[in-house]
Amino acid sequence: MATKSLKAKGDELAVSNKQLEILNGGIFAEGELPYFKDKINEIGHFPLRPAKLEILQINVGYMCNQVCEHCHVDAGPDRKEIMTRETMYQCLDVIRNTGAHTLDLTGGAPEMNPDFRWFVEEAAKAGIKDFIVRSNLTIIRANKKYYDLPEFFKKHNVHVISSMPHYTRGKTDKQRGDGVFDKSIKALQELNAVGYGLPGSGLRLDLVYNPSGAYLPGDQMALEADFKKALKEDFDIVFHNLFAITNLPIARFLDYLIASENYEDYMYALVEAYNPAAVENVMCTNTISISWDGWLYDCDFNQMLDLKVASKVKHIKDYNEDILNDRNIIISQHCYGCTAGAGSSCQGTVA
Amino acid sequence: MADTYYDPKDLRKFGKITEWSEELGTKFFDYYGSVFEEGALSAREKSLIALAVSHVVKCPYCIDAYTKDGLQKGITKEEMMEAVHVGAAIESGATLVHGVQMMNKYNKLSM
Repeated sequence: MATKSLKAKGDELAVSNKQLEILNGGIFAEGELPYFKDKINEIGHFPLRPAKLEILQINVGYMCNQVCEHCHVDAGPDRKEIMTRETMYQCLDVIRNTGAHTLDLTGGAPEMNPDFRWFVEEAAKAGIKDFIVRSNLTIIRANKKYYDLPEFFKKHNVHVISSMPHYTRGKTDKQRGDGVFDKSIKALQELNAVGYGLPGSGLRLDLVYNPSGAYLPGDQMALEADFKKALKEDFDIVFHNLFAITNLPIARFLDYLIASENYEDYMYALVEAYNPAAVENVMCTNTISISWDGWLYDCDFNQMLDLKVASKVKHIKDYNEDILNDRNIIISQHCYGCTAGAGSSCQGTVA
Repeated sequence: MADTYYDPKDLRKFGKITEWSEELGTKFFDYYGSVFEEGALSAREKSLIALAVSHVVKCPYCIDAYTKDGLQKGITKEEMMEAVHVGAAIESGATLVHGVQMMNKYNKLSM
């Protein structure tokens, strides 16, 4: 398990340019594996263009109470990047005027932003159809001041999407830290207690599964069935859907792949599993990702690689949906992660 | 030339066996693919059987492939090891059950 962010350790992979150098070099530069650009060119999807904007994903800070082994954000308690209220005001303007139907708050642990609750209250008034908060669950049990989060979420009809790497203690704690499993179970029970995940409650509770290592996720429906059975039988927990997400070779997961000598095999696995049918629905085509400091990206992964949108509108303060939608999406080899197998997005499989 | 008979990277080339015998290779992979589809047994159950058999036939490529497949399917290490023990029990049982033949022969030849 990681204990510090790459940034805090001064690791060379904390720098996005170094990550891009790896992703664009080695087995790809040597021609052993094809560039993603060439693969999507074969099916006429290069340059990749946006479709209708549906999702605004806002990263309100990289601070987190966990230091997960696979985190592509390189989030952790030592990360101080936090969205200010001023940037939140700019986001609220956009939320009120956007055609997007989904607002997706992420982090770090978004709840750790001191203005999180204020932002949720204001954003909830904007009439967004699906208002998501991505919670790591343990934050609900991290400190007394967070204990009422389930009630707070319920009050604002927030759609909670929670990380849950596995239904066994061993696998979850290995990826996320000792004690994470028990706290997550307790948090899920508390969410259930206020109505989340219950049939007919209207309070949506979905789980996110991502592999605890250098392999791709299996069939999402089969995994969901296994999770539902185990969590119900062992802990009387219910939830709506499970989203299987592929780990992308960015930040700490890239560091892990290299350190464990799995990088090459993993990239082979991603390229071999490339599914042209997934390309049309990759999340960057219907999403704009906004960073804690207001910069705009095609997706959360490009945000972490500091690949800002290829548009003259690059910051939330200049936001213009029409201008933004007329852009080419920036891609690199990490994009194989979103097109492998059944595809992967923040909402699970796409093909 | 690899220093050992087995090179993990060769597993990536498995599909290439079709190049030297397209008809038979294609038939094999079609059959292989069908075997591992969901059926009366779940894909999860089949993965565990394949992992056990991989050990019994001592195929390092298969062990790598079905360990990874098991991880992808959310199978735990405890379940995997139990499957290996099932394979080992059958394999050692197969050896030991021949002990009956040895005993029969011994008894037949002895006064």
